[in-house]
Amino acid sequence: MAGEPATPAGDRAVDVDGLTKVYGSLRAVDGVSFQVGTGEIFGIIGANGSGKTTTVECLQGLRQRDGGAVSVLGLDPGIQRDALRHRIGSQLQESALPERLKVWEALDLFAALSPRARDWRQLVEEWGLSEKRGTAFSDLSGGQRQRLFVALALVNDPEVVFLDEMTTGLDPSARHAAWDLVRQVRERGTTVVLVTHFMDEAEALCDRIAVFESGQIAAIDSAPALVSRFADQSVVHFSHAGEDLPWLADCPGAQSVARHGTHYTVSGDGPLLAYVGAALVAHGIAPLDLRGERATLEQAFLRIAEHKAGAA
Amino acid sequence: MRGVQKLAWVEVKLFIREPIALVFAFAFPFFMLFVLAGVFGNDVDPTDEENLRVWRGVGPSDYYVSTYVGLVMASAGLVTLPLRLAAYRDAGVLRRYRAAGVSVPVVLGAQVLVSLGMSVLAAAGIIVSSTLIYDTVLPENWPLVIAGIGLGLLTFSCIGVLLGAILPSARAVQGAGLTLFFVMMMISGSGPPLEVLTSVMRAVSNAMPLTHLNLLVQDAWLGFGWSWWEALITAAFGAASGILAVRFFRWE
Repeated sequence: MAGEPATPAGDRAVDVDGLTKVYGSLRAVDGVSFQVGTGEIFGIIGANGSGKTTTVECLQGLRQRDGGAVSVLGLDPGIQRDALRHRIGSQLQESALPERLKVWEALDLFAALSPRARDWRQLVEEWGLSEKRGTAFSDLSGGQRQRLFVALALVNDPEVVFLDEMTTGLDPSARHAAWDLVRQVRERGTTVVLVTHFMDEAEALCDRIAVFESGQIAAIDSAPALVSRFADQSVVHFSHAGEDLPWLADCPGAQSVARHGTHYTVSGDGPLLAYVGAALVAHGIAPLDLRGERATLEQAFLRIAEHKAGAA
Repeated sequence: MRGVQKLAWVEVKLFIREPIALVFAFAFPFFMLFVLAGVFGNDVDPTDEENLRVWRGVGPSDYYVSTYVGLVMASAGLVTLPLRLAAYRDAGVLRRYRAAGVSVPVVLGAQVLVSLGMSVLAAAGIIVSSTLIYDTVLPENWPLVIAGIGLGLLTFSCIGVLLGAILPSARAVQGAGLTLFFVMMMISGSGPPLEVLTSVMRAVSNAMPLTHLNLLVQDAWLGFGWSWWEALITAAFGAASGILAVRFFRWE
């Protein structure tokens, strides 16, 4: 475990302490601890088989844990599953509906199964399914199925919603539309636990992210904090013809300066772009192509995985 | 409760949209009715003692009509119901229902309700067709026949849930369920009369729940009274299946 996990301020919607799930000799989830604050969008990322899905299934009471303590909305999902059911929403990774079930029938059915359902017609609109209302599940595209599953997860107006690979199968515009909807869901006060393997999705949506690695949490923090802690250093590029610029090395955070022809590359950490830009302007140089290469969560994630593999 | 009703109604609609389910519920028993009535007719020769013994003293079509009702229940319990449950489990539909807070009794209850409804419709269809087309006898004792059919519906629903619960996949249900169905169709009284079966066949036949159900309903239908023995055996099959089904039910 890298560092002390940041804990959310205020109420906790989810509190996990030492969660363990064992399949035979495999410790699928091995002593995982984290908290999710009310109204937070909490991301879980990790390689396939790292324990993400098993963890959220234990939180939803779909699997019995083998160890540790779990509280969701103050309830223990292992014991008070039924009481919890109606207060949480679930979009499962691998599930289906009967092939000939129509979109509206699915929403109508799931609304009837919940004592506090909201108007599903509104969800049909929001999730872009209006034209597919009367279409059978088996005739929906992958993206449409995915949107239907998310709509079903929200039909009981949950306090916490678990979205497991929500945007798998969605095209880029549908993904961005889904992100906007998730933000709206949170604005209504719903806590979101989002399992994803898209780094851009986690970076765009999540307040904090837990990085799972072999059943454990390798790191947990906000995306910018994870990036600055684990990702490659910042890199600034620009073009300048003429004499060398030795003073660049004095910029705060700069660690190396390389020149290839007219192309300069400054590497370092911290807000490098701002310092390099200021230094250039101070020396009367204003390159048109000055740009910073932002370190990404993906880089941070790969670095965490390497680090873990090296330690093992 | 609203959930069960809604789920059952949705399942009815899905059932109707699935042609193979309709074929099994309705086509086979009717097919048997038309073939056997065409082959054997419904004449009784009161002087032919051997013939009277084989057909229990009634015309062949009168002998068979109650067994087609049994066939309807067997096809629902051995093929349609377990196949649907297993297919739902294979595809993750049960997982989805479970995540929505649907309990085991609700899932099974909705399936059983639909299966019962369809069986009642098909049984009514058999009785009406056989009476109108072949002029077969109506039940001598309606209450006892209805009691027998009710027991049969429950028993085969339990067997259906058990098959759906214990067999590993929809494919396995197809294999096992269809095999059991065809064996019962041939040697439980819906095919050759029980009296003409060889002793080995008769022994196998006695191990089949449909044989006992057929005898129970046939007795009541033809006015031979209520056989507590056959009722007990039929009920025992149902109870054992029901207990095992609840014990071994799996969501995924």
